[in-house]
Amino acid sequence: MEIRDSKQVLKAAPSIVACECIEKSFGKGQTRTRVLRGATFAAWEGELTYIVGPSGCGKTTLISVAGGLLTPDKGIVSVCGTELTRLPSQKLADFRLKNIGFVFQQFNLLPSLSAVENAAIPLVAQGESYGKAARRARSLLNDLGIESEATKRPSQLSGGQQQRVAIARALIHNPRVLICDEPTASLDASSGKVVMELLREKAVEPGRAVVVVTHDDRIFPLADRIAEMADGIVKN
Amino acid sequence: MLRIALKMLFGDSTKYLGLVLGVAFTTLLVNQQLGIFLGLLSRSGSAISDAVEVDIWVMDPGVETLDVVLPLRETELYRVRGVNGVKWAVPFFRGAGTVRTIDGDVEATTVYGVDDVSLIGVPQGIVVGDIRNLRRPNAVVVDEDGFRRIFPSKEFQTGLEFELNDRRAIVVAVVKASPSFSSGPVLYTRYSEALLFTNNGRNQLSFILAKSDGSRNMLKLRNDICQQIGLKAVTSNEFKRANVQFVIDNTGIPTSFGTVVALGAIVGVCVVGLLTNLFVIENLRQFASLKAIGVRNSRIIKMVFVQTGTAGIVGWAIGLGGAAAFFQFAGQGDPSFRGFYLPWYVATGSAALAFFIMLVASIIGLRRLLFIDPAIVFRG
Repeated sequence: MEIRDSKQVLKAAPSIVACECIEKSFGKGQTRTRVLRGATFAAWEGELTYIVGPSGCGKTTLISVAGGLLTPDKGIVSVCGTELTRLPSQKLADFRLKNIGFVFQQFNLLPSLSAVENAAIPLVAQGESYGKAARRARSLLNDLGIESEATKRPSQLSGGQQQRVAIARALIHNPRVLICDEPTASLDASSGKVVMELLREKAVEPGRAVVVVTHDDRIFPLADRIAEMADGIVKN
Repeated sequence: MLRIALKMLFGDSTKYLGLVLGVAFTTLLVNQQLGIFLGLLSRSGSAISDAVEVDIWVMDPGVETLDVVLPLRETELYRVRGVNGVKWAVPFFRGAGTVRTIDGDVEATTVYGVDDVSLIGVPQGIVVGDIRNLRRPNAVVVDEDGFRRIFPSKEFQTGLEFELNDRRAIVVAVVKASPSFSSGPVLYTRYSEALLFTNNGRNQLSFILAKSDGSRNMLKLRNDICQQIGLKAVTSNEFKRANVQFVIDNTGIPTSFGTVVALGAIVGVCVVGLLTNLFVIENLRQFASLKAIGVRNSRIIKMVFVQTGTAGIVGWAIGLGGAAAFFQFAGQGDPSFRGFYLPWYVATGSAALAFFIMLVASIIGLRRLLFIDPAIVFRG
């Protein structure tokens, strides 16, 4: 495992995700809370990057900004060479649909859809025919070892299986960036390890950067790089 | 994405059923109540509709409706016949009677007296018998529902006798007549016989029914009669509309039905709106994750409209089917419901109402969805 200083790397080589001096506050007046205080962060293709740190240090806010879900108060966010802060909301949605995949802590699968239908959503949203999207989703579910569960609804799947469906959904449109928020937090230790190994094996590939926010130090050895956060900044 | 929207809708079967039943209930209520209301209104002019040969109705200037009459002098009939453009004019009597049924019950009836010679004014649809036999003493023609009320256990037939205002009446024919406003039996007899049955003396002419010879415009003929005779003359269509207007102006029926329809619409909007809101709230996180993935707001709007539109169409169809079944079968079982029907424009109007309900429901749902922060998907 190689740990590099993100500020130095940001300047040294082009990154897929580059956040520079990001500031973000929530609330107004006396309830205003500065969550990010000039955080700088970068992720490179072919790498699995972890963002770690104590609760409330701003990890989730940072990946929300990096994923184009939150607009920073200050700073520059660039993904695949596109400055997200300059994009209007609809173009930003299109950008996310094409370039970014998300894996959530609570899976966020649609309860009335089967595993294959859930996994097919991003392709269908891109305008692909349902049949073609479903074939691709089945193939991905097969790669992730849950093809036999393809027709089951989320309520019929275990936590680990649901997270694998979520990974399939995040990867189906072959995004350049995969952002995962505590992907093992809702899983037991063995399921969490399996899921992270699958992520490492299936998601990390040339041309794609994978960013994972986690508290789970058991999975640290799987990372290529770890960015440590505290008090709204990336320390190293 | 529309397929996904429908799967989301059908997957939450409780709320889907609630949405469908909300629209169905409103549609059923609106169609059923408005159908009955319009049926009642059309009944107010049933005798006018049945007198198909008549062009113009002549009456006392104070008369507004078929049910409240001010008698004319019988000499007015000859004056109307003398107006240029009138092909013929005949007397028409309207009175009330009391019938004793074969079961011993008492029924209030409407008695119409038609011209002794031409018998103009008797409905043309004969079920049994011969209208020409009205010329016999004590002869009456009864409408179908009236026959069933007076002779509950008997098949349609002629020759049966019953008591009308303490006088013997003999059924010579049974006819298909438009249902009357009060749903009571309707009897037709000769004008002279009607005066005897109702114990009235001379000068009891209720209306004069006139036919145009076609030589002049109907409205001009109607005006000529008014000017030359000094009586009120209206065309059949005008008189039908006047009867409807009289019911609207002088009864609580429109208010009563209008209140039920309005309450049905309000309940529909509230129930469907709340359920849609609940559906959206429960799926907020799922919709947020779709937005996070990159689904545009415009597509979310389409998804919500497909969901509410589908529930609306299914609910409307069920409600309309229920209303149609009501009008189809209720009239068969109960004569007082006979003649009520579901007009196409009421069905169309209820579709517009269902559309409005679902539009309001969609707006309620979208109000939250469009402004939801997709970043909530990262919150625990």
